[in-house]
Amino acid sequence: MSNLAQAPVPQIEVPPIDYGAIAPLLIVLGAACVAVLVEAFLPRHQRWPAQVALSVVALGLAGLALGLYAGSSGPEGITTISDALAIDRPTLFLWGTLLALGLGSILLIADRSVEPGGAFIASAATRAAAGAGGGPGPIDDPDDRSYGSADQAPTMQTEVFPFTLFALGGMMAFCAANDLLTMFIALEVLSLPLYLMCGLARRRRLLSQEAAVKYFLLGAFASAFFLYGLALLYGYAGSVRFTDIAAAATGSGRSDALLLGGFALLVVGLMFKASVGPFHTWTPDVYQGAPTPVTAFMAACTKVAAFGGILRVLSVAFGDTRWEWRGVLWAIAIISMALGAVIGLTQTDVKRMVAYSSVAHAGFLLLGAMSITAQGISGTLFYLLAYGFNTLAIFGVISLVRDADGEATHLSQWAGLAKRSPVVAGVMAFLLLALAGIPLTSGFTSKFAVFSAALADGMAPLVIIALVASAVAAFFYVRVIVLMYFSEPAPDGPTVTVPGAFTTAAITLGVIITLLLGIVPTLALSWAGSGTFVG
Amino acid sequence: MTPTYYLLLSALLFSIGAVGVLVRRNAIVVFMCIELMLNAVNLTLVTFARINGSLDGQVIAFFVMVVAAAEVVVGLAIIMSIFRTRRTASVDDANLLKY
Repeated sequence: MSNLAQAPVPQIEVPPIDYGAIAPLLIVLGAACVAVLVEAFLPRHQRWPAQVALSVVALGLAGLALGLYAGSSGPEGITTISDALAIDRPTLFLWGTLLALGLGSILLIADRSVEPGGAFIASAATRAAAGAGGGPGPIDDPDDRSYGSADQAPTMQTEVFPFTLFALGGMMAFCAANDLLTMFIALEVLSLPLYLMCGLARRRRLLSQEAAVKYFLLGAFASAFFLYGLALLYGYAGSVRFTDIAAAATGSGRSDALLLGGFALLVVGLMFKASVGPFHTWTPDVYQGAPTPVTAFMAACTKVAAFGGILRVLSVAFGDTRWEWRGVLWAIAIISMALGAVIGLTQTDVKRMVAYSSVAHAGFLLLGAMSITAQGISGTLFYLLAYGFNTLAIFGVISLVRDADGEATHLSQWAGLAKRSPVVAGVMAFLLLALAGIPLTSGFTSKFAVFSAALADGMAPLVIIALVASAVAAFFYVRVIVLMYFSEPAPDGPTVTVPGAFTTAAITLGVIITLLLGIVPTLALSWAGSGTFVG
Repeated sequence: MTPTYYLLLSALLFSIGAVGVLVRRNAIVVFMCIELMLNAVNLTLVTFARINGSLDGQVIAFFVMVVAAAEVVVGLAIIMSIFRTRRTASVDDANLLKY
């Protein structure tokens, strides 16, 4: 013991950090911290403009830093902070996608013209107390709108902006994480703000709070599974780094039960976040209950981040053992596509319908993620880009169709919408056709990229099932279009709000990218395929 | 005493937590069961750190504790807000969103 006490304490060396490579991540997380300070120190009526400007500028700067780094670095990636983060071409592609989708989401969240004062409650605590005696249903007290000084427009809880930035930072770290611990921390950093954002709706408080509780309890449950998987893999490989797990899988003395058990538990946690069936049960409830701008953010960005993480785990850590786990993922992909397409048929709420469509799309994405080839990786990345913008725009449009109670999301209320607003109905029809995968939209090119990668990797039966599932899913997209164009509008039907500049910009961005990726996909495809994972 | 017993104990605790999440009705109790699962994982991590002879597992356990604390803050805030509205913390009563 005395030897130990006298031995010089070894110096812990600070690992080298490539600040240029991780600048986008640092900018987003730094801006999130500044946004918390803004929330604490600025008077109420100044917070909204300050937060919007801060978020947009931060995302712009992060995008600029990303562009500069991507222009100066070679196709082979690097790892930094003692291999905790891997910055390679797929990471850069995913970061760019996340920043662009984050910008669109921030615009939707910041909009105060569609719902007067914004979609978020002014103060969660007081409003919840005010609604204590009431039963379920919309709780709307007009007096509560006078938040801030009297001559101001009604305002909203601006805490949603730091939440969004923290969640976005967590998502960026999640796709770049090169070991399971970093991945777990990033998973929590992206999840915890999202749980809170779900409960912030201005209208339909009970639905919103119920969504937050369900998302939180199920999300925490799933992350416990992820963590136990991490522990078992640590026991197997003696390290949580992806490359060490891959090396141990080829020659470790430990029992394979640890490897396979750990992998199974890890997959449960990851599939939950990506809302792949049968781990999708939270998805429809949370998509329906959360405020629509938050749903847009969740649906687009979480999907990108979760599949970015899944891709990296499957290719880097478990690429060599793929023959042992592929059967299980086959089953998961089939269940996800079938559940999403079939249960989507019976939905009567637009937001729930898009939620089940996202479950089906998660199954399609899994096809690409399972084929551990360069083609599979680039196809999945392209699919994520296309799907993200498509969903973002869809939820933007859904937030425009309103009646006296707020958003009119029941399908029957959408009847004859084309007669009330041809433009909104046309945009919605285009976006639904893109989800269905009609040529000249991004849905077709992305499905083609993923399915051909899966076919090249010998998954022909799965591709056939996927084609059947997309045909079934196309039915419920087309049903909405038929409803909008070929039925008579109800006399007391909803009105279509003319959106302000922010929502218009977000929807236009989504529509233009959906169209461009359908007509000239080559540029984005070549970006997505410009390099593979490091390690 | 071999460390394997600790692995079995932690697997048992994790299972008890998981079953608790599935059968209990009160949101607070469900949440406590999730905490039990996280702590069972901590036990697994330190046991494997001992078996592997590396410190990583113990360090990860600290990270897990910090994350669990942050999760408590967020979770209790959400459960409190729905309790104020509904006057109940039962997860069976929150049934507006279905099908």
